[in-house]
Amino acid sequence: MAKERKKIDFKKLEELPPMVMSLRSMAANPTGSWRNLKPVIDASQCIQCTICWKFCPDAAIDWVDDNPLVNLDFCKGCGICAEECPKKCIVMVKEGK
Amino acid sequence: MVEIRFHGRGGQGTVIASKILADAVSKEDKYVQAFPQFGVERRGAPVFAFIRIDDKPIYIRSKIIAPDHIIVVDPSLIDAIDVTEGLKKGAFILINTGHQPKEFQHLGKDFRVFTIDANEIAIKYKLGSKAAPIVNTAILGAVPRIFDFVRLESIIQAVRDGVPVNPDANAAAAKEAYDSVQGV
Amino acid sequence: MKKVMMGNHAISHGATLARVQVIAAYPITPQTQVVELLSEIVADGKLKAEFIKVESEHSAMAACIGASSAGARAFTATSAQGLALMHELLHWAAGARLPIVMADINRAMAPPWTIWTDQNDSLSQRDTGWMQIYCQSNQEVLDSVIMAYKVAEKVLMPIMIVLDAFSLSHTYEIVDLPDQALVDKYLPPFDYKYKLDVKNPHTYGGLTTPDWYMEFRVKMHEAMDQALVEIKKEAGEFEKIFGRRYDTVDPYLVEDAETVLVTSGTAASTARFTVDQLRAQGKKVGNLRMRVLRPFPFADVREQLKNAKKVIVIDRNISYGYHGIWAQEVKSALYGHSKVPVFNFIAGLGGRDIFPETIADIVALVDKKKKPDQELYWVEVKR
Repeated sequence: MAKERKKIDFKKLEELPPMVMSLRSMAANPTGSWRNLKPVIDASQCIQCTICWKFCPDAAIDWVDDNPLVNLDFCKGCGICAEECPKKCIVMVKEGK
Repeated sequence: MVEIRFHGRGGQGTVIASKILADAVSKEDKYVQAFPQFGVERRGAPVFAFIRIDDKPIYIRSKIIAPDHIIVVDPSLIDAIDVTEGLKKGAFILINTGHQPKEFQHLGKDFRVFTIDANEIAIKYKLGSKAAPIVNTAILGAVPRIFDFVRLESIIQAVRDGVPVNPDANAAAAKEAYDSVQGV
Repeated sequence: MKKVMMGNHAISHGATLARVQVIAAYPITPQTQVVELLSEIVADGKLKAEFIKVESEHSAMAACIGASSAGARAFTATSAQGLALMHELLHWAAGARLPIVMADINRAMAPPWTIWTDQNDSLSQRDTGWMQIYCQSNQEVLDSVIMAYKVAEKVLMPIMIVLDAFSLSHTYEIVDLPDQALVDKYLPPFDYKYKLDVKNPHTYGGLTTPDWYMEFRVKMHEAMDQALVEIKKEAGEFEKIFGRRYDTVDPYLVEDAETVLVTSGTAASTARFTVDQLRAQGKKVGNLRMRVLRPFPFADVREQLKNAKKVIVIDRNISYGYHGIWAQEVKSALYGHSKVPVFNFIAGLGGRDIFPETIADIVALVDKKKKPDQELYWVEVKR
């Protein structure tokens, strides 16, 4: 399963790390609602090359059980994953469809 | 000084509504300050906008924690969040809904509820689309009916100046809203 | 003409009325609407200016330096990391004695990422040779941009107009938009004596040996001294035409105050509101709003604080390992002139709100103390 997003939610000054640590830079700001297009991955064609996972500028693709999984709470729908996928098995589809 | 909080959802134009109300108030001999919730606005998420109105210059610039009144642009928020948080006793609550004020007694007896069916009016005057009517104009039309800091003429003028298209339809919608506020 | 507008648009209208000729800027939250509106105004042909899209803030300032050297009235706006990226060129602009005007929307510095207000971005540029003017209302923002060109072009030093993110930049209020004819009467076209001239070519800023480098620095410093004179003079000139007065400092009920708050930006505005509340409770409190950071108004600060029994400086910034920056400035100005205790409070970093209650609590705490027992006090920090 995808790792749970670590909340920046501390009770006391002493509990704070020296620097904010979270699993993505905008963890405190779910940017998924900015999206007009969402990436859909055809798992049957995926070769697990991890290129989409590496290229996602928002770290919105998690690597789960050896497969890419788009975290729609954060994916802004930029389409870089679809562009870079060597198998072209990621397509951008209109939201709400 | 009167402090009002608007409740809407990101993308509904709640901030624009507060701005047009500020425009209208500026046509009276008054001072006004309108501002959004200072953050990252998300489509569909609950958002706030604030407005302060006074007869003298407004120096306070912190957020409004305890508003005098609230305007609920999206009635679905009433079940989702506590819209009355911090609300002062004796407050007016203006809700965009087809329901009657008495159906909102659960909000508390310290407040007086008014309702306006801004969606219906917006659809009637073809403001926005049926799926996403632009309700700002109708809500603002209801404001001078229950508050005395702004006149309907100022609202209509501000709406005419503030909308990109159909100024006449918007003006008529504001007038109809003024006449159909429930709970007065 | 009275118009409801956000602080960012007050900047754009101020620049338009000042008839800026070159705008070069790179967008950054919370500054974006400043250049958005300016680009519209230029595209609509309402302002005869060159709008240069650039790839970074460093380039934006470089373009302004080029334009200003050629004798054009140049303008830019930025925030936080954008201003930091300009740092090298801020020295170039001031060192080249170019009267560029820039708006900085105070946004706290990352990391951690933030878009909300505090003053560490602009105050970190304190020693670059830029004048800095801190505003408390959208009207003041618009007026200050116009006044800035008048002062900058007289003394040939650049000016930064500074305003808080969101609590001014995104706040709508009524602004009196002055007539273009009145602004033209107040602000003549920029006529730069040393401008680039193809008929008489020169290079600028070339190698200068120890023989003369220091003398250029003397001239910069003297220009700043002169700027203080000009700012005070323009307070009167501007008032004559527009009816609004902006001096180096903005005192409120300071004369008979036992405790004087020293504040800046929108926190100063809320402090003024709080002073009224505290006065109603019988507390002799006043507020001294600092408007100009550089050139520092030593005489005005000493004069305004001469009757105070206690001074409270509220800083929306911090010089790590020292004080808040306004507190350093005020203490330094008072040294040898006054023995009044100065209490330094750090509040509202990263956009945390400063409420009237916040300020009242600060005053109540200081009421209980004869003199500071800490170098600085943190306000409303989770412990």
